[in-house]
Amino acid sequence: MMARKVLALNGDEAAAYAVKQCKPDVIAAYPITPQTIIVERLSDFVADGELDAEFIAVESEHSAMSACIGASAMGARAYTATASQGLALMYEMLFVASSFRLPIVMSVANRALNSPLNIWNDMSDTMGARDCGWIQIYNENSQEVYDFTIQAFRIAEDHRVLLPVMVCHDGFVVSHSTEGVEVLSDGEVDSFLPPRDPVYPLDVEKPVTIGCVGVPEYYPEIKYQQEVATKKSIETIKEILREFNESFGRSYGIVEEYRTDGAEVALLTIGSISGTAKEAVDEMRAEGKPVGLLKLRLFRPFPIEALRKSLSGLKVVGVVDRHISFGSCMGGALNMEVRAALYEMKDRPHVMGFPTGLGGRDIRVEHFLKIIDELLMIAEQDALEEEYKVVGCRGPGCIGP
Amino acid sequence: METWEEVTFAGYILEPGNAESYKTGDWRSRQKPVINQEKCTFCLLCWIYCPDGAIIRKEGEVEIDYYHCKGCGICAYECPSGAIRMRSEMEGE
Ligand code: SF4
Ligand code: SF4
Repeated sequence: MMARKVLALNGDEAAAYAVKQCKPDVIAAYPITPQTIIVERLSDFVADGELDAEFIAVESEHSAMSACIGASAMGARAYTATASQGLALMYEMLFVASSFRLPIVMSVANRALNSPLNIWNDMSDTMGARDCGWIQIYNENSQEVYDFTIQAFRIAEDHRVLLPVMVCHDGFVVSHSTEGVEVLSDGEVDSFLPPRDPVYPLDVEKPVTIGCVGVPEYYPEIKYQQEVATKKSIETIKEILREFNESFGRSYGIVEEYRTDGAEVALLTIGSISGTAKEAVDEMRAEGKPVGLLKLRLFRPFPIEALRKSLSGLKVVGVVDRHISFGSCMGGALNMEVRAALYEMKDRPHVMGFPTGLGGRDIRVEHFLKIIDELLMIAEQDALEEEYKVVGCRGPGCIGP
Repeated sequence: METWEEVTFAGYILEPGNAESYKTGDWRSRQKPVINQEKCTFCLLCWIYCPDGAIIRKEGEVEIDYYHCKGCGICAYECPSGAIRMRSEMEGE
Protein backbone atom coordinates (compact mmCIF):
# COMPACT_ATOMS: atom_id res chain seq x y z
CA MET A 1 0.00 0.00 0.00
CA MET A 2 1.17 3.47 -0.79
CA ALA A 3 2.03 5.62 2.20
CA ARG A 4 -0.79 7.98 3.03
CA LYS A 5 -0.50 11.71 2.63
CA VAL A 6 0.34 13.71 5.74
CA LEU A 7 -1.01 17.25 5.65
CA ALA A 8 -0.25 20.09 8.02
CA LEU A 9 -3.70 20.90 9.37
CA ASN A 10 -5.04 22.56 12.47
CA GLY A 11 -8.13 21.10 14.11
CA ASP A 12 -10.54 23.30 12.18
CA GLU A 13 -8.82 22.55 8.88
CA ALA A 14 -8.82 18.84 9.68
CA ALA A 15 -12.58 19.01 10.22
CA ALA A 16 -13.10 20.94 6.99
CA TYR A 17 -10.91 18.58 5.00
CA ALA A 18 -12.75 15.54 6.35
CA VAL A 19 -16.12 17.14 5.62
CA LYS A 20 -15.06 17.87 2.05
CA GLN A 21 -14.22 14.20 1.56
CA CYS A 22 -17.57 13.20 3.08
CA LYS A 23 -19.34 15.17 0.34
CA PRO A 24 -22.21 16.84 2.17
CA ASP A 25 -25.09 18.08 0.01
CA VAL A 26 -25.82 21.06 2.22
CA ILE A 27 -23.64 23.14 4.52
CA ALA A 28 -25.39 25.86 6.50
CA ALA A 29 -23.12 27.63 8.91
CA TYR A 30 -22.33 30.90 10.59
CA PRO A 31 -18.75 31.74 11.48
CA ILE A 32 -17.85 32.08 15.14
CA THR A 33 -14.46 31.99 16.85
CA PRO A 34 -12.79 29.50 17.19
CA GLN A 35 -14.72 27.50 14.59
CA THR A 36 -14.47 30.14 11.85
CA ILE A 37 -11.70 28.42 9.91
CA ILE A 38 -13.98 25.43 9.25
CA VAL A 39 -16.62 27.62 7.62
CA GLU A 40 -14.02 29.60 5.68
CA ARG A 41 -12.33 26.49 4.30
CA LEU A 42 -15.60 24.85 3.33
CA SER A 43 -16.87 27.94 1.56
CA ASP A 44 -13.53 28.04 -0.31
CA PHE A 45 -13.94 24.40 -1.35
CA VAL A 46 -17.43 25.11 -2.66
CA ALA A 47 -16.42 28.36 -4.40
CA ASP A 48 -13.41 26.66 -6.00
CA GLY A 49 -15.54 23.82 -7.29
CA GLU A 50 -13.75 21.23 -5.17
CA LEU A 51 -16.93 20.39 -3.29
CA ASP A 52 -20.33 20.15 -4.93
CA ALA A 53 -22.50 21.31 -2.04
CA GLU A 54 -25.11 23.96 -1.38
CA PHE A 55 -23.41 26.44 0.93
CA ILE A 56 -26.02 28.46 2.79
CA ALA A 57 -24.54 31.54 4.46
CA VAL A 58 -27.19 31.96 7.14
CA GLU A 59 -27.71 34.98 9.39
CA SER A 60 -27.54 33.12 12.70
CA GLU A 61 -26.82 29.73 14.22
CA HIS A 62 -30.51 29.18 14.92
CA SER A 63 -31.01 29.43 11.16
CA ALA A 64 -27.95 27.27 10.46
CA MET A 65 -29.45 24.42 12.43
CA SER A 66 -32.92 25.06 11.00
CA ALA A 67 -31.57 24.90 7.45
CA CYS A 68 -29.71 21.68 8.24
CA ILE A 69 -32.89 20.21 9.69
CA GLY A 70 -34.84 21.03 6.54
CA ALA A 71 -32.11 19.68 4.29
CA SER A 72 -31.60 16.53 6.31
CA ALA A 73 -35.33 15.87 6.55
CA MET A 74 -35.60 15.83 2.78
CA GLY A 75 -32.76 13.32 2.56
CA ALA A 76 -29.64 15.44 2.09
CA ARG A 77 -26.35 14.97 3.93
CA ALA A 78 -26.20 18.14 6.03
CA TYR A 79 -23.34 19.62 8.01
CA THR A 80 -22.75 22.63 10.21
CA ALA A 81 -20.19 23.87 12.70
CA THR A 82 -20.36 26.20 15.66
CA ALA A 83 -19.02 27.09 19.11
CA SER A 84 -20.04 28.66 22.38
CA GLN A 85 -22.70 31.39 21.96
CA GLY A 86 -23.52 29.96 18.55
CA LEU A 87 -24.38 26.60 20.04
CA ALA A 88 -26.39 28.34 22.72
CA LEU A 89 -28.38 30.18 20.06
CA MET A 90 -29.07 26.86 18.34
CA TYR A 91 -30.34 25.25 21.52
CA GLU A 92 -34.01 25.10 20.59
CA MET A 93 -33.27 23.48 17.24
CA LEU A 94 -30.83 20.94 18.68
CA PHE A 95 -33.76 19.10 20.26
CA VAL A 96 -35.71 19.25 17.02
CA ALA A 97 -32.84 17.71 15.04
CA SER A 98 -32.45 14.78 17.42
CA SER A 99 -36.18 14.26 17.93
CA PHE A 100 -36.70 14.13 14.16
CA ARG A 101 -33.85 11.57 14.18
CA LEU A 102 -31.90 13.48 11.53
CA PRO A 103 -28.29 12.43 10.89
CA ILE A 104 -26.80 15.93 10.89
CA VAL A 105 -23.11 16.22 11.70
CA MET A 106 -21.85 19.30 13.52
CA SER A 107 -18.33 20.24 14.51
CA VAL A 108 -18.00 22.22 17.70
CA ALA A 109 -14.77 24.03 18.54
CA ASN A 110 -15.33 24.11 22.29
CA ARG A 111 -15.32 27.59 23.77
CA ALA A 112 -16.42 29.11 27.06
CA LEU A 113 -19.77 30.83 27.35
CA ASN A 114 -20.24 34.50 28.22
CA SER A 115 -20.16 36.29 30.57
CA PRO A 116 -17.52 37.63 31.03
CA LEU A 117 -16.88 37.60 27.33
CA ASN A 118 -14.36 34.91 26.61
CA ILE A 119 -13.35 33.36 23.32
CA TRP A 120 -11.06 30.73 24.81
CA ASN A 121 -11.48 27.07 25.40
CA ASP A 122 -13.53 25.16 27.90
CA MET A 123 -16.51 22.86 27.45
CA SER A 124 -19.35 24.83 28.96
CA ASP A 125 -20.96 24.99 25.52
CA THR A 126 -21.31 21.31 24.64
CA MET A 127 -21.57 20.08 28.22
CA GLY A 128 -24.56 22.36 28.61
CA ALA A 129 -26.06 20.75 25.52
CA ARG A 130 -25.57 17.21 26.78
CA ASP A 131 -29.29 16.50 27.16
CA CYS A 132 -30.27 17.59 23.64
CA GLY A 133 -30.29 14.06 22.28
CA TRP A 134 -27.13 14.40 20.20
CA ILE A 135 -24.28 11.93 20.17
CA GLN A 136 -21.17 13.69 21.49
CA ILE A 137 -17.63 12.71 20.50
CA TYR A 138 -14.64 14.54 22.03
CA ASN A 139 -11.24 14.70 20.34
CA GLU A 140 -7.74 15.31 21.58
CA ASN A 141 -5.91 16.51 18.44
CA SER A 142 -6.25 17.26 14.73
CA GLN A 143 -5.81 13.63 13.71
CA GLU A 144 -8.70 12.58 15.89
CA VAL A 145 -10.83 15.44 14.62
CA TYR A 146 -10.22 14.24 11.07
CA ASP A 147 -10.86 10.57 11.81
CA PHE A 148 -13.97 11.09 13.90
CA THR A 149 -15.57 13.61 11.56
CA ILE A 150 -15.60 10.91 8.90
CA GLN A 151 -16.93 8.32 11.33
CA ALA A 152 -19.58 10.75 12.56
CA PHE A 153 -21.38 10.66 9.21
CA ARG A 154 -21.33 6.85 9.16
CA ILE A 155 -22.62 6.67 12.72
CA ALA A 156 -25.32 9.31 12.23
CA GLU A 157 -26.65 7.81 9.00
CA ASP A 158 -26.60 4.18 10.10
CA HIS A 159 -30.24 3.05 10.08
CA ARG A 160 -29.83 1.58 13.55
CA VAL A 161 -28.80 5.00 14.85
CA LEU A 162 -30.26 7.92 12.85
CA LEU A 163 -29.19 10.58 15.32
CA PRO A 164 -27.26 13.82 14.95
CA VAL A 165 -23.62 13.83 16.04
CA MET A 166 -21.52 16.59 17.59
CA VAL A 167 -17.82 16.21 16.90
CA CYS A 168 -16.03 18.34 19.49
CA HIS A 169 -12.51 19.66 19.65
CA ASP A 170 -11.03 22.22 21.99
CA GLY A 171 -10.97 25.79 20.76
CA PHE A 172 -7.49 27.15 19.90
CA VAL A 173 -5.63 24.34 21.66
CA VAL A 174 -6.80 22.04 18.85
CA SER A 175 -8.71 24.29 16.46
CA HIS A 176 -5.72 26.58 15.79
CA SER A 177 -2.77 24.24 16.39
CA THR A 178 -1.23 22.90 13.23
CA GLU A 179 -0.18 19.27 13.34
CA GLY A 180 0.61 16.54 10.87
CA VAL A 181 -2.58 14.70 9.94
CA GLU A 182 -2.48 11.46 8.02
CA VAL A 183 -5.40 11.76 5.64
CA LEU A 184 -7.22 9.01 3.78
CA SER A 185 -7.55 9.08 0.03
CA ASP A 186 -10.90 10.19 -1.39
CA GLY A 187 -11.42 6.62 -2.52
CA GLU A 188 -10.88 5.26 0.98
CA VAL A 189 -13.41 7.71 2.40
CA ASP A 190 -15.87 6.80 -0.37
CA SER A 191 -15.58 3.11 0.41
CA PHE A 192 -16.05 3.70 4.14
CA LEU A 193 -18.88 6.19 3.75
CA PRO A 194 -21.42 5.37 1.04
CA PRO A 195 -23.92 8.07 -0.02
CA ARG A 196 -26.72 8.62 2.47
CA ASP A 197 -29.67 6.27 2.16
CA PRO A 198 -32.54 8.25 3.71
CA VAL A 199 -35.44 6.29 5.20
CA TYR A 200 -38.12 8.87 4.42
CA PRO A 201 -36.75 11.09 1.65
CA LEU A 202 -38.86 13.91 0.28
CA ASP A 203 -41.21 12.21 -2.17
CA VAL A 204 -44.38 13.82 -3.48
CA GLU A 205 -45.83 10.37 -4.12
CA LYS A 206 -45.29 9.38 -0.49
CA PRO A 207 -45.60 12.50 1.64
CA VAL A 208 -44.93 12.25 5.38
CA THR A 209 -45.55 14.71 8.19
CA ILE A 210 -42.56 15.38 10.41
CA GLY A 211 -42.85 17.39 13.59
CA CYS A 212 -46.56 17.18 14.27
CA VAL A 213 -48.15 17.61 17.69
CA GLY A 214 -47.43 14.81 20.14
CA VAL A 215 -50.30 14.76 22.59
CA PRO A 216 -49.75 13.24 26.06
CA GLU A 217 -51.20 9.97 24.74
CA TYR A 218 -48.24 9.64 22.31
CA TYR A 219 -45.36 11.82 23.56
CA PRO A 220 -43.87 9.32 26.05
CA GLU A 221 -43.82 6.48 23.51
CA ILE A 222 -42.07 8.66 20.94
CA LYS A 223 -39.53 9.91 23.49
CA TYR A 224 -38.80 6.44 24.88
CA GLN A 225 -38.25 5.17 21.35
CA GLN A 226 -35.62 7.92 20.98
CA GLU A 227 -34.02 7.03 24.32
CA VAL A 228 -33.74 3.37 23.34
CA ALA A 229 -32.20 4.32 19.99
CA THR A 230 -29.68 6.60 21.71
CA LYS A 231 -28.67 4.01 24.29
CA LYS A 232 -28.40 1.27 21.69
CA SER A 233 -26.33 3.43 19.34
CA ILE A 234 -23.26 2.67 21.43
CA GLU A 235 -23.08 -0.83 19.93
CA THR A 236 -23.16 0.57 16.41
CA ILE A 237 -20.61 3.24 17.30
CA LYS A 238 -18.25 0.53 18.59
CA GLU A 239 -18.79 -1.56 15.48
CA ILE A 240 -18.06 1.38 13.14
CA LEU A 241 -15.02 2.33 15.23
CA ARG A 242 -13.69 -1.22 14.94
CA GLU A 243 -14.17 -1.18 11.19
CA PHE A 244 -12.42 2.19 10.92
CA ASN A 245 -9.51 0.98 13.06
CA GLU A 246 -9.11 -2.19 11.00
CA SER A 247 -9.49 -0.50 7.62
CA PHE A 248 -7.15 2.41 8.25
CA GLY A 249 -4.70 1.17 10.85
CA ARG A 250 -5.91 3.19 13.83
CA SER A 251 -6.39 2.05 17.43
CA TYR A 252 -9.15 4.15 18.92
CA GLY A 253 -11.48 3.14 21.72
CA ILE A 254 -14.61 4.47 23.39
CA VAL A 255 -12.68 4.77 26.64
CA GLU A 256 -8.93 4.76 26.09
CA GLU A 257 -6.58 3.53 28.78
CA TYR A 258 -3.11 4.95 29.26
CA ARG A 259 -0.63 3.24 31.61
CA THR A 260 -3.41 1.76 33.70
CA ASP A 261 -1.63 -1.55 34.31
CA GLY A 262 -1.15 -1.81 38.04
CA ALA A 263 -2.54 1.68 38.57
CA GLU A 264 -4.22 2.45 41.88
CA VAL A 265 -5.28 5.96 41.03
CA ALA A 266 -6.22 7.37 37.65
CA LEU A 267 -7.14 10.60 35.97
CA LEU A 268 -10.21 10.57 33.78
CA THR A 269 -9.93 13.20 31.08
CA ILE A 270 -11.76 14.38 28.01
CA GLY A 271 -10.42 16.33 25.04
CA SER A 272 -7.04 17.92 24.43
CA ILE A 273 -6.09 18.24 28.09
CA SER A 274 -5.48 14.49 28.03
CA GLY A 275 -2.11 15.11 26.38
CA THR A 276 -0.84 17.28 29.25
CA ALA A 277 -2.27 14.85 31.78
CA LYS A 278 -0.38 11.97 30.14
CA GLU A 279 2.88 13.89 30.64
CA ALA A 280 2.10 14.14 34.34
CA VAL A 281 1.28 10.44 34.47
CA ASP A 282 4.64 9.67 32.85
CA GLU A 283 6.48 11.77 35.42
CA MET A 284 4.67 10.07 38.29
CA ARG A 285 5.30 6.64 36.79
CA ALA A 286 9.01 7.49 36.54
CA GLU A 287 8.91 8.02 40.30
CA GLY A 288 7.22 4.65 40.70
CA LYS A 289 3.76 6.01 41.59
CA PRO A 290 0.86 3.74 40.52
CA VAL A 291 -0.88 6.28 38.30
CA GLY A 292 -2.78 5.83 35.04
CA LEU A 293 -5.18 7.71 32.82
CA LEU A 294 -8.46 7.09 31.07
CA LYS A 295 -9.56 9.21 28.18
CA LEU A 296 -13.24 9.39 27.47
CA ARG A 297 -14.07 9.67 23.80
CA LEU A 298 -17.82 9.46 23.96
CA PHE A 299 -19.94 11.43 26.39
CA ARG A 300 -23.35 10.79 24.78
CA PRO A 301 -24.36 8.03 24.83
CA PHE A 302 -22.46 7.62 28.07
CA PRO A 303 -20.31 4.46 27.87
CA ILE A 304 -21.35 3.08 31.24
CA GLU A 305 -20.19 -0.51 30.75
CA ALA A 306 -16.80 0.36 29.27
CA LEU A 307 -16.21 2.87 32.02
CA ARG A 308 -17.19 0.50 34.82
CA LYS A 309 -14.81 -2.05 33.40
CA SER A 310 -11.94 0.40 33.10
CA LEU A 311 -12.48 1.88 36.56
CA SER A 312 -12.97 -1.33 38.50
CA GLY A 313 -9.99 -2.21 40.63
CA LEU A 314 -8.87 1.40 41.00
CA LYS A 315 -8.80 3.04 44.43
CA VAL A 316 -9.31 6.64 43.34
CA VAL A 317 -10.37 8.37 40.15
CA GLY A 318 -9.87 12.08 39.52
CA VAL A 319 -12.38 13.31 36.97
CA VAL A 320 -11.18 16.33 35.03
CA ASP A 321 -14.13 18.41 33.90
CA ARG A 322 -13.75 21.38 31.59
CA HIS A 323 -16.66 23.42 32.88
CA ILE A 324 -18.71 24.07 36.01
CA SER A 325 -22.24 22.82 36.36
CA PHE A 326 -23.30 25.60 38.70
CA GLY A 327 -24.85 24.50 41.93
CA SER A 328 -24.70 20.82 41.07
CA CYS A 329 -23.46 18.37 43.65
CA MET A 330 -20.29 17.40 41.81
CA GLY A 331 -18.79 20.49 40.19
CA GLY A 332 -18.99 19.28 36.61
CA ALA A 333 -21.24 17.09 34.48
CA LEU A 334 -18.58 14.49 33.78
CA ASN A 335 -17.89 13.98 37.46
CA MET A 336 -21.60 13.66 38.19
CA GLU A 337 -22.05 11.14 35.44
CA VAL A 338 -19.04 9.04 36.44
CA ARG A 339 -20.09 8.92 40.08
CA ALA A 340 -23.64 8.02 39.12
CA ALA A 341 -22.40 5.24 36.82
CA LEU A 342 -20.30 3.74 39.60
CA TYR A 343 -22.84 4.03 42.40
CA GLU A 344 -24.14 0.46 42.23
CA MET A 345 -20.71 -1.05 41.63
CA LYS A 346 -19.18 -3.14 44.39
CA ASP A 347 -15.73 -1.94 45.51
CA ARG A 348 -16.11 1.24 43.55
CA PRO A 349 -13.25 3.72 43.62
CA HIS A 350 -13.45 7.09 45.33
CA VAL A 351 -14.29 9.71 42.73
CA MET A 352 -13.22 13.32 43.00
CA GLY A 353 -13.88 16.04 40.44
CA PHE A 354 -11.47 18.69 39.20
CA PRO A 355 -13.15 21.34 37.05
CA THR A 356 -10.18 22.70 35.16
CA GLY A 357 -9.01 25.13 32.54
CA LEU A 358 -12.04 27.39 32.64
CA GLY A 359 -12.22 30.05 29.94
CA GLY A 360 -8.88 28.98 28.48
CA ARG A 361 -6.85 29.12 31.71
CA ASP A 362 -3.64 27.30 30.87
CA ILE A 363 -3.41 23.99 32.70
CA ARG A 364 0.08 22.60 32.83
CA VAL A 365 1.78 19.42 33.94
CA GLU A 366 2.31 20.91 37.44
CA HIS A 367 -1.44 21.21 37.90
CA PHE A 368 -1.90 17.55 37.10
CA LEU A 369 0.93 16.61 39.45
CA LYS A 370 -0.97 18.40 42.22
CA ILE A 371 -4.17 16.61 41.28
CA ILE A 372 -2.39 13.26 41.31
CA ASP A 373 -0.86 14.05 44.74
CA GLU A 374 -4.37 14.68 45.99
CA LEU A 375 -5.57 11.38 44.51
CA LEU A 376 -2.70 9.45 46.09
CA MET A 377 -3.54 11.01 49.46
CA ILE A 378 -7.17 9.94 49.13
CA ALA A 379 -6.00 6.43 48.27
CA GLU A 380 -3.82 6.35 51.38
CA GLN A 381 -6.54 7.64 53.69
CA ASP A 382 -9.26 5.66 51.91
CA ALA A 383 -11.53 8.67 52.38
CA LEU A 384 -12.69 11.62 50.36
CA GLU A 385 -13.06 15.01 51.97
CA GLU A 386 -14.47 17.03 49.11
CA GLU A 387 -16.47 16.04 46.05
CA TYR A 388 -14.59 18.45 43.84
CA LYS A 389 -12.03 21.19 43.76
CA VAL A 390 -11.52 23.74 40.98
CA VAL A 391 -8.04 23.66 39.46
CA GLY A 392 -6.46 26.74 37.92
CA CYS A 393 -8.12 29.40 40.04
CA ARG A 394 -6.66 31.77 42.61
CA GLY A 395 -8.02 31.81 46.13
CA PRO A 396 -9.12 29.58 48.97
CA GLY A 397 -10.65 26.21 48.17
CA CYS A 398 -8.99 25.99 44.75
CA ILE A 399 -5.82 24.57 43.33
CA GLY A 400 -4.26 27.55 41.59
CA PRO A 401 -3.20 29.67 39.92
CA MET B 1 -52.94 2.16 21.83
CA GLU B 2 -49.50 1.63 20.33
CA THR B 3 -46.44 0.89 22.45
CA TRP B 4 -43.13 2.69 21.90
CA GLU B 5 -42.15 -0.13 19.55
CA GLU B 6 -45.33 0.25 17.55
CA VAL B 7 -45.58 4.02 17.14
CA THR B 8 -44.13 5.26 13.86
CA PHE B 9 -40.46 6.24 13.60
CA ALA B 10 -40.01 9.45 15.65
CA GLY B 11 -43.77 9.99 15.50
CA TYR B 12 -43.77 10.71 11.75
CA ILE B 13 -47.20 10.60 10.14
CA LEU B 14 -46.87 8.28 7.20
CA GLU B 15 -50.36 8.51 5.69
CA PRO B 16 -51.25 11.93 4.33
CA GLY B 17 -54.70 13.46 4.91
CA ASN B 18 -55.50 11.35 7.93
CA ALA B 19 -56.94 14.28 9.88
CA GLU B 20 -60.30 13.12 8.60
CA SER B 21 -60.09 9.93 10.59
CA TYR B 22 -58.90 11.68 13.74
CA LYS B 23 -61.76 11.51 16.21
CA THR B 24 -61.77 14.43 18.60
CA GLY B 25 -65.04 13.42 20.15
CA ASP B 26 -63.53 11.13 22.74
CA TRP B 27 -64.11 13.92 25.21
CA ARG B 28 -67.14 16.12 25.80
CA SER B 29 -68.46 18.08 28.74
CA ARG B 30 -70.82 15.99 30.81
CA GLN B 31 -73.82 16.88 28.68
CA LYS B 32 -74.77 16.44 25.08
CA PRO B 33 -77.33 18.16 22.88
CA VAL B 34 -80.35 16.21 21.63
CA ILE B 35 -82.64 17.58 18.92
CA ASN B 36 -86.36 17.25 18.97
CA GLN B 37 -87.04 17.16 15.23
CA GLU B 38 -90.74 17.93 15.78
CA LYS B 39 -89.98 21.34 17.26
CA CYS B 40 -87.16 22.16 14.84
CA THR B 41 -88.03 24.78 12.19
CA PHE B 42 -84.77 24.37 10.26
CA CYS B 43 -83.78 27.97 10.91
CA LEU B 44 -80.09 26.86 11.04
CA LEU B 45 -79.10 29.22 13.87
CA CYS B 46 -77.51 26.25 15.67
CA TRP B 47 -75.56 25.41 12.52
CA ILE B 48 -74.24 28.99 12.44
CA TYR B 49 -73.43 29.25 16.14
CA CYS B 50 -71.85 25.87 16.85
CA PRO B 51 -68.14 26.69 17.40
CA ASP B 52 -67.07 23.15 16.48
CA GLY B 53 -69.02 22.75 13.25
CA ALA B 54 -70.72 19.80 14.89
CA ILE B 55 -74.18 20.52 13.49
CA ILE B 56 -74.66 18.65 10.25
CA ARG B 57 -77.06 20.18 7.81
CA LYS B 58 -79.20 17.60 6.06
CA GLU B 59 -82.18 17.80 3.73
CA GLY B 60 -84.78 19.70 5.80
CA GLU B 61 -83.28 18.82 9.18
CA VAL B 62 -80.17 19.17 11.35
CA GLU B 63 -78.20 16.42 13.01
CA ILE B 64 -75.44 16.45 15.60
CA ASP B 65 -71.99 15.04 14.95
CA TYR B 66 -71.20 13.62 18.37
CA TYR B 67 -67.57 12.90 17.40
CA HIS B 68 -66.85 16.59 17.25
CA CYS B 69 -69.47 18.08 19.58
CA LYS B 70 -67.90 19.34 22.80
CA GLY B 71 -71.17 19.70 24.67
CA CYS B 72 -70.86 23.45 25.17
CA GLY B 73 -74.63 24.01 24.96
CA ILE B 74 -74.46 27.07 22.68
CA CYS B 75 -76.79 25.44 20.19
CA ALA B 76 -79.42 24.79 22.87
CA TYR B 77 -79.09 28.35 24.18
CA GLU B 78 -79.46 29.88 20.73
CA CYS B 79 -82.24 27.68 19.36
CA PRO B 80 -85.33 29.97 19.16
CA SER B 81 -87.72 26.99 19.13
CA GLY B 82 -86.41 25.18 22.18
CA ALA B 83 -85.75 22.19 19.97
CA ILE B 84 -82.39 21.35 21.53
CA ARG B 85 -82.14 20.00 25.04
CA MET B 86 -78.83 19.36 26.82
CA ARG B 87 -79.00 15.93 28.34
CA SER B 88 -76.68 14.42 30.90
CA GLU B 89 -74.36 11.79 29.43
CA MET B 90 -75.45 9.59 32.32
CA GLU B 91 -79.05 9.53 31.15
CA GLY B 92 -78.36 7.23 28.22
CA GLU B 93 -79.91 7.58 24.79
S1 SF4 C 1 -73.26 21.53 22.27
FE1 SF4 C 1 -71.80 23.02 21.45
S2 SF4 C 1 -70.44 21.79 20.27
FE2 SF4 C 1 -72.18 20.52 20.59
S3 SF4 C 1 -73.47 20.88 18.85
FE3 SF4 C 1 -74.13 22.31 20.39
S4 SF4 C 1 -73.01 24.17 19.96
FE4 SF4 C 1 -71.97 22.51 18.86
S1 SF4 D 1 -81.65 26.40 16.01
FE1 SF4 D 1 -83.22 25.03 16.72
S2 SF4 D 1 -84.85 25.33 15.30
FE2 SF4 D 1 -83.10 26.22 14.33
S3 SF4 D 1 -82.30 24.56 13.11
FE3 SF4 D 1 -81.26 24.42 15.03
S4 SF4 D 1 -82.49 22.99 16.22
FE4 SF4 D 1 -83.69 23.63 14.50
